[in-house]
Amino acid sequence: MRIALFITCVNDLAYPGTGIAVTRILRRLGHTVEFPDRQTCCGQMHANTGYRAEAMPMVRNYVDVFDGYDAVVAPSGSCTAMIRDQYPRLHPPATSVAARTYELSELLVDVLGVTDVGAEFPETVTYHPTCHGLRMLRLGDRPLTLLRQVRGITLVELGDAEECCGFGGTFALKNPDVSTAMLTDKCARVRDTGARVLAAADNSCLAHIGGGLDRHRSGVRAMHYAEILAGASS
Amino acid sequence: MSQPVAPATGSGRIRTPLPFPTAAKPAVADPQLRANLHRATRTIRAKRARVVDEVPDWEALRDAGSAIKADVQRRLPELLEQFEASVTAAGATVHWARDAAEACRIVVALTRAAGADEVVKVKSMATQEIELNEALEAAGIAAYETDLAELIVQLGEDTPSHILVPAIHYNRAQIREIFQRRMPDVPADLSDEPAALAEAARAHLRRRFLSARVAVSGANFAVADTGTLVVVESEGNGRMCLTLPETLISVVGVEKLLPTFTDLEVFLQLLPRSSTGERMNPYTSMWTGVTPGDGPQDVHVVLVDNGRSAVLADPVGRPALSCIRCSACLNVCPVYERAGGHAYGSVYPGPIGAILSPQLTGVADNASLPYASTLCGACYDVCPVKINIPEILVHLRQQAPHPPAERAAMGVLSWVMRSPRRWAAALRLARAGAGPLGAYRMRRTGARTLRRLPWPGSAWTRSRDLPLPGPQTFREWWGKQ
Amino acid sequence: MVGEAVSARDEILARLRTALADSPPPVQVPRRYRRVDDRPDLIATLVDRLEDYRAVVHHGIDALPRLLSEVDRLAVPADLPADWLTGYAGQVHRDAPALSPAVLDDLDAVLTGCAVAIADTGTIILDAGPTQGRRALTLVPDRHICVVRADQVVGLLPEALTRLNPRAPQTWISGPSATSDIELNRVEGVHGPRRLEVVLVGSGA
Repeated sequence: MRIALFITCVNDLAYPGTGIAVTRILRRLGHTVEFPDRQTCCGQMHANTGYRAEAMPMVRNYVDVFDGYDAVVAPSGSCTAMIRDQYPRLHPPATSVAARTYELSELLVDVLGVTDVGAEFPETVTYHPTCHGLRMLRLGDRPLTLLRQVRGITLVELGDAEECCGFGGTFALKNPDVSTAMLTDKCARVRDTGARVLAAADNSCLAHIGGGLDRHRSGVRAMHYAEILAGASS
Repeated sequence: MSQPVAPATGSGRIRTPLPFPTAAKPAVADPQLRANLHRATRTIRAKRARVVDEVPDWEALRDAGSAIKADVQRRLPELLEQFEASVTAAGATVHWARDAAEACRIVVALTRAAGADEVVKVKSMATQEIELNEALEAAGIAAYETDLAELIVQLGEDTPSHILVPAIHYNRAQIREIFQRRMPDVPADLSDEPAALAEAARAHLRRRFLSARVAVSGANFAVADTGTLVVVESEGNGRMCLTLPETLISVVGVEKLLPTFTDLEVFLQLLPRSSTGERMNPYTSMWTGVTPGDGPQDVHVVLVDNGRSAVLADPVGRPALSCIRCSACLNVCPVYERAGGHAYGSVYPGPIGAILSPQLTGVADNASLPYASTLCGACYDVCPVKINIPEILVHLRQQAPHPPAERAAMGVLSWVMRSPRRWAAALRLARAGAGPLGAYRMRRTGARTLRRLPWPGSAWTRSRDLPLPGPQTFREWWGKQ
Repeated sequence: MVGEAVSARDEILARLRTALADSPPPVQVPRRYRRVDDRPDLIATLVDRLEDYRAVVHHGIDALPRLLSEVDRLAVPADLPADWLTGYAGQVHRDAPALSPAVLDDLDAVLTGCAVAIADTGTIILDAGPTQGRRALTLVPDRHICVVRADQVVGLLPEALTRLNPRAPQTWISGPSATSDIELNRVEGVHGPRRLEVVLVGSGA
């Protein structure tokens, strides 16, 4: 099976550790993962902010780059949802590759049939299900199923877990007051758990919540759950 | 052959006087309001979840409701003609109103023709939308709201902030204060227990109900094959208005039609559980024109367009006309919970308002509303008629006028990202530029983050630190392997 | 004729036809929801749901005299069965000729039958048929005593609709008058009858 990694633009620039983690997990499980370097961005920010025409070249580029693979894995619920939900409507030739694009936990659990990836992570962790993974991809408890198998981990439940953190892409900039109010509540629920690590499936949401937690010097670390599954406990 | 007639946008209380972010600012900063909304929306969310979870065929009901509404939209002109014929045959008079002003003129004229200088009103979104109370007052006709929440808002000289519970922004103590100030007949020692406040409203309105000659209502559903109108309520104020006066005027948006009486079997299951979180609301009234010897003998229906034809004209946005005004989407919306209903400007707040208002007015007139959402999708999950609100929000954002600086930035970014070569170069440049800054911050503060940025980055850094790129991008790591 | 005003009706219908220029495809409505209830004990469900919404339930026609003994002045529809009032010593105000709202407001209670009751939702439906009277009768008095026969009870809402005359004025009642307008907490007792009492009669009741 030819698996390609779609790293996503934000991860490529600011969160290389997440891509490294995905690579390590898949290699540890005996799979070969490829990184086609002509990939750029899924176009979600443009499309969702009202610039669909400007997003279209990225959509077409995605199809050109990834159409030849059996599976594409992206460590982002939001970008995967953009591809799976919007691409077929925006660009019908994308329908096939969109259906073969998976968020990491979908690839592991549904495609590869794995729940124990052989990781160890001796920390107290709480998990925030990010909105697009939760309600567009219907990831359900796949990420938590994977995390529960991690050696040494203590998972604690996040209050109001299914409530949005207030990021919403350009929403955070266009509606800073409401966004900050939502963020404040989310950070409070995270702190309520006493966990030392906040995990999620999207680094953009984690940048938002983590940025809020850092502002208040909470000492809670925001981490993509792939990095936990890779055993990167440093 | 006549020229095609273009769909038209609407008027009335459906426009934001201020952009949403500006209007939301005072609400977000008001701790009492935030506490009231938090408590109320959480209460109703839990109630809804409980009564929806006990229905094994809920998804099948949603599918049916969604399809029936899509069918109504597709056949709207013929169903309106069928409804008109049915209800006219049953003794009612049908009036048509192109916009808010025309609808108000019709109601004023009918009230005057009945010789009345006051009307009692059943809670109705359509009459709020067309600003009927203001029009009646200008014509020297007093309009008395009889729904408890509408009464609170009217006595408080405020505007509604929620579709189902227009006074959701008040708590019991604030309501008692309004009653003590504005109800002449209220006991001096009125407590703030909800039961005592409800009793005060009962006493205040009792004589008015028994003597009213004209009532104005909306309708939750209008059934095409029988000409039946349906009002769903809780308190009995609806029954009072629909039963005791001689003249009944119902203002009904054209989208409220259902093809057949049997279709009520779907909607009367979907609406109460989604709305008040009850298996069934205390009272539902149905009437078909005039029944000799029972209820109003002078029955009118005002069918209102006011922008609905413009909504219908957009195949993507059209499902907004499926809305049955249950307000489940408001109650689960994290943005509504923080901003409150008034921030949306329109009588239609929350997620449904963010798609309906801009379509009724044209997006340019409500350009901030499609952006008043994080696209978290909670609204779509609870919508009893499965309106894909996030999809329509994104669709409307394409039509919204964009700020020039934003347009320029998006254009440049698209130009970079459409080319693998330019994107790779941009990544190198961003890493090379921000990397040393990140390393510097790391040494100074122990974190690779920025705490303060100039505008527009300040919108981010006001409440969050900004992470900076590390020493290498992912593709640089990959290339080194 | 030039300059003749187009009626609002014609203009709105023309706007809507223009709006549908894309000719949306026909819609097949999927009706995969339940239309018949297979619960064994509908009466028990009905009682549970009625009581959940603060209606008071009595069993058997024999409960009526005791209930009515608390009522001094009683409103009844013109066609109320005479045996429902057996032994009643108070004043009976028959709605023939029609009682005025002011007179109804002065009475203590109203006694009627119903058309159908829905077990699943605890709903009693009146459609102005036999033993029910006109709508004002069951609205203005503060206490509504309603006799429900076991054979009038159906499981689900779709079953109830098939038993109703759509063109008759209908009142669907689920518990006493209530409001959730203050902090979204439900409290009973606003404009409609503040007490709803249901007398279940017939086999199984």
